Amino acid sequence: MIANDWIQIFISLAFVVLMAPLVGRYLAWIYQSQSLSLEKGLYRLLKIDADKEMTWKEYGVAIVVSNGFFFVAGFLVLWAQAILPLNPRHLSPLSAEVAFNTAASFVTNTNWQAYAGEAQLSNFSQMLAITFLMFVGANTGMASLVAIFRGFTRSGTTMMGNYWSDFFRFFVRAFLPACFLMALVHVWQGSPQTFKTTVTAKTMEGSQQTLIVGPVASLESLKQLGTNGGGFYNANGAHPYENPTPLTNTLEFLEMGIFTFALPFFFGRMIGRPRQGQVFFAVIFSLYLAGLGVIEYSEKMPNPLIAHQAISQQITPLQDGGNTEGKETRFGITQTSLFSNTTIAATTGAVDGAMDSMNPLSVLVYLVHMFLNEEPGGKGVGFAGLIKEAILAIFLAGLMVGRTPEFLGKKIESKEVKLAVLSLLITPLLVLGLTALSVVIPAGKSSMDNPGPHGFMEVLYAFASGNANNGSAMAGLNVSTPYYAILIGVEMLFGRFLPLLPLLAMAGSLARKKTHPETAGTFKTDTTLFVVLLFGFMVLFAALTFFPPLILGPLLEHLSILHGISF
Amino acid sequence: MKKKVMPDYGIYMEAIIQSLSMLNPAKLYRNPVMFIVEIGSVLTTSMAIYAGVTHSGEAGFGTMISIWLWLTIGFANFAEALAELRGKAQASSLRSTRAETTARLVTPVGFSHVPGSELKKQDQFLVEAGEIIPTDGEILEGVASIDESAITGESAPVIRESGGDRSGVTGGTRVLAGKIRVSVSNNPGETFLDRMISLVEGASRQKSPNEIALTILLVGLTLIFLFVVAAIPAFSSYSGIKSSPTILIALLVCLIPTTIAGLLPAIGIAGIDRAFRANVIAKSGKAVEVAGDIDILLLDKTGTITFGNRQAVQFIPAKGVPEKELAHASWLSSLSDETPEGKSIVALAESLIESKTPPDRLVPIPFTPETRMSGVDSADGEIRKGAEDAVSTYTGAPFSADIQEIISNIAKSGGTPLVVAKNKKPLGVVHLKDIIKPGLKERFARLRKMGVTTVMVTGDNPLTAKAIAEEAGLDDFFAQAKPEDKMALIRKEQEKGRLVAMTGDGTNDAPSLAQADVALAMNSGTQAAKEAGNMVDLDSDPTKIIEVVEIGKQLLITRGALTTFSIANDVAKYFAILPAMFVVAYPQLKVLNVMGLATPESAVTSAIIFNALIIPALIPLALKGVSYKPVGASSLLRRNLLIYGLGGIIVPFIGIKLIDMALVLLHFT
Repeated sequence: MIANDWIQIFISLAFVVLMAPLVGRYLAWIYQSQSLSLEKGLYRLLKIDADKEMTWKEYGVAIVVSNGFFFVAGFLVLWAQAILPLNPRHLSPLSAEVAFNTAASFVTNTNWQAYAGEAQLSNFSQMLAITFLMFVGANTGMASLVAIFRGFTRSGTTMMGNYWSDFFRFFVRAFLPACFLMALVHVWQGSPQTFKTTVTAKTMEGSQQTLIVGPVASLESLKQLGTNGGGFYNANGAHPYENPTPLTNTLEFLEMGIFTFALPFFFGRMIGRPRQGQVFFAVIFSLYLAGLGVIEYSEKMPNPLIAHQAISQQITPLQDGGNTEGKETRFGITQTSLFSNTTIAATTGAVDGAMDSMNPLSVLVYLVHMFLNEEPGGKGVGFAGLIKEAILAIFLAGLMVGRTPEFLGKKIESKEVKLAVLSLLITPLLVLGLTALSVVIPAGKSSMDNPGPHGFMEVLYAFASGNANNGSAMAGLNVSTPYYAILIGVEMLFGRFLPLLPLLAMAGSLARKKTHPETAGTFKTDTTLFVVLLFGFMVLFAALTFFPPLILGPLLEHLSILHGISF
Repeated sequence: MKKKVMPDYGIYMEAIIQSLSMLNPAKLYRNPVMFIVEIGSVLTTSMAIYAGVTHSGEAGFGTMISIWLWLTIGFANFAEALAELRGKAQASSLRSTRAETTARLVTPVGFSHVPGSELKKQDQFLVEAGEIIPTDGEILEGVASIDESAITGESAPVIRESGGDRSGVTGGTRVLAGKIRVSVSNNPGETFLDRMISLVEGASRQKSPNEIALTILLVGLTLIFLFVVAAIPAFSSYSGIKSSPTILIALLVCLIPTTIAGLLPAIGIAGIDRAFRANVIAKSGKAVEVAGDIDILLLDKTGTITFGNRQAVQFIPAKGVPEKELAHASWLSSLSDETPEGKSIVALAESLIESKTPPDRLVPIPFTPETRMSGVDSADGEIRKGAEDAVSTYTGAPFSADIQEIISNIAKSGGTPLVVAKNKKPLGVVHLKDIIKPGLKERFARLRKMGVTTVMVTGDNPLTAKAIAEEAGLDDFFAQAKPEDKMALIRKEQEKGRLVAMTGDGTNDAPSLAQADVALAMNSGTQAAKEAGNMVDLDSDPTKIIEVVEIGKQLLITRGALTTFSIANDVAKYFAILPAMFVVAYPQLKVLNVMGLATPESAVTSAIIFNALIIPALIPLALKGVSYKPVGASSLLRRNLLIYGLGGIIVPFIGIKLIDMALVLLHFT
């Protein structure tokens, strides 16, 4: 690494670290203050009783039913694209399985793309299916997180707040204004924002080129701010219209981090213990930095397979060195490392480089990020997962202080453990089960373009991404087949809602409990010791669960490369 | 019980026999993790037999793995059986004290002789000096001096009498003097002792809430590892590796938390047993566990914090009166005073005066409610002692300023002033003081470090209460309390989310005992109190609750420590088994064999042997409990995380390597 790399990393991360607490405080204000008259008007218009408190079950039903409705609507728009307006190119509709996959993908904030945006979607679909579901997915995640917070802030009640109020507060006061503002910035930097579909340009060679345009800037800002990740174009953040300049590359990186890294601070404010928020941030940020370190190290490493060729892999101010294959050459390795580590850790899934061309150790980091899916994780649900991990870590280690484990004054008893474990089981079951199935049956294997550990890694990555609602993909696996479209579609829905509902139930159980005052015998969770404990627990747990596939995938490829073996 | 259990090899034999009978799947299913190990053992054994019969390879390796899998279950069963038998041995040593006695059952026409074991609840029997009380009961009539050493180990006899809070008698104790009529409190098989025995017996043992939560977590982890191992054949087949079912089962057993699952029942039983060794009979495992969670401990002043009575500590004479004169007058006036206060005045005075021969013709004047004074008339005149206002009425004049100052100083310090006057002239004041039991201050400091707040409940005025609370090192006090106030206090603290513990013996304590989260009833107390509490202290020592809190904490710590250890162990086992599975197909994975284990077979065998042996290696710790030091939650956690978390990661690397070296040495590979 050279000084330039350090400066890029430092400036980008310093901005996140400085902004996150402020945004966290702002988010807390959103949920701790009275409804704005704008919101009240919206509730009247939509005939919503936003003051009516819901039990966790009612809340859960509201989430599932509303998302079910949005999902069906999104599916219909994509499926009936041909007869809907704003389709001057007469694009044919998506196949039923890809439409299902896409609706599932966007309603779950995954943004897995089994289609190529510019080639297959009309502007109507881009706006009404894609952009709309992007809003819904991020807002739902945020609302469920706030409900889960109430498990700690309330006691002796079965009421968990109102879903619609939680949904619209974030939308009206943070999400929509931020998206609007950043869309303007993206337009300023050169992203198209138009109802037109094509622009014809004359190239330097004198030939004609048809460029696809559309409402790109608005989708772009939402894609990043909502940790959605689904691009207008298939090349996503590596396409010059989505990511025109080094400034937008950095801004897009910040957009991904701005709300997600603020969540621990938001939590700390909501429960009235800012220190607890800082501690969670420390855990998240350490995992994030550890990942970044490995990626940067692995990508800057000279490739031993081509070491004997007359190619300089030196790092100099004039050349990046290391593994430049598949990198966005306009930005270089470090920007790509920063971007990719963030996109995976924050489950955005937007990319500005080819994940398939990353070195195996980088892929290992991406996989671990997705297995954990909590550092910081997607909009809302990622942090909810972190709370789950914290509760299990506290239950396990908390017994060692000689009391029934408590977290924030709430006793962790069999019901909480049962629900947290239930939520925990989903990831291994889906990722391991579906990968195992797909690497042996013909329907799964026929989509694989690469042999050996690399092909294995691509399948593992696909299911890790679907389950984590991440949405990024390694190329080299054809996921538009009915087998993968349906399987990953179902996986995304399961991966989103199956872990979330038990956590909501757990919050419901916690809200009923009394809050115990702290004593000298209480295990304090706002200490460095807790940071170490939670960090260790999360890494150990992910390692224990996914060690075998990690060995047969990235580790085997990495060691093979070192031994000069390729597949 | 200070009795020591003799090292008895019979108990180990018995435990081995019992652990074999526990292999029965119908019994083992109660422990889901070990049940899975049993299924795995049946599979590997069948495969080994099949391989042996058909001569198709793997038979020797399969046999080796099978043997160690069966041993894993055997060791876990042995731990449980041993804990159970030790608990039972403890209980039956108590039970043997109640040798078959003949009871004199009260009948409408007098009484009849029946065997003690046939007495039923509400039956009445008579016992006299020299006889053994046949069963637990409550004295209806009479007073007796009873030798309870058989159950408490305390040789000094105790007085038990009807009506008061000390009316409970225990079967197996001996009446030394007196004659009492007793009502039987339990049907045969339902006494505290019987309940205690059933608590440690597998058949009727209920899992405590915490144990249930931990079991759920262990089952969850087991399911996850089941997914992990179930996916490996598919991954291997894709990668062109042939997977051996025996190795897969071995890996599964190594990964699932067998160590803690095997020791969990033993830890719970041992916790109850530790309480029992401290002479506390817990009515449920939950009671012991909750004791570790206590936030507030309510303690009665009298009898718990202080000895029952006030004692004279100082003679403070009025101006111009020699101390000896005051001491002498106090001595004279108390010679015939049989109350503990009076006796303490005599004792203190005798250390000051020279002549200990009282003058002739002393006429003792006993205490009456009217005069509220006592004293003596002699040739010298009359001496009276009593409370400030009573003596002031007697002397007919207000006290001089110096006496008034002495009185108010004593009151401020929490003591009781007793004014002594001779011939209507005040001589000075005797300072009576509540004497705090020795060693309490240290114990309360220990409790504070555990996070337990101690609150004294007393009928005294706030001034006195404050002084005593300060002297004893209590955190808080509740003065001028009436019995019903205690109940209100408990409710108020529970509303705030705190868990409250208390001790009690009287019938009027019963509602509070029932309300408190942890209630230690004194064995000497009334039946109502003993029924309301969830523990009974055979020694009737109210401060025993402190030990119970420590036992509860130790129980939870042991569970947490061994769970952490068990899970941390998995890292090394992965590093032993996974390279063994994959390295033949992919030699470049050799670097993962960090322990440098000899062969794939020896690696798997070493891991499974370590996994089995760690259970018996930890039995002593499970039975004894992880040591508990009240150092504050954070340093306790740091220490235990280092030992059982970090230690749990490192130890198996060393252990597996050593076993592998031994296997190579013994040519097992």
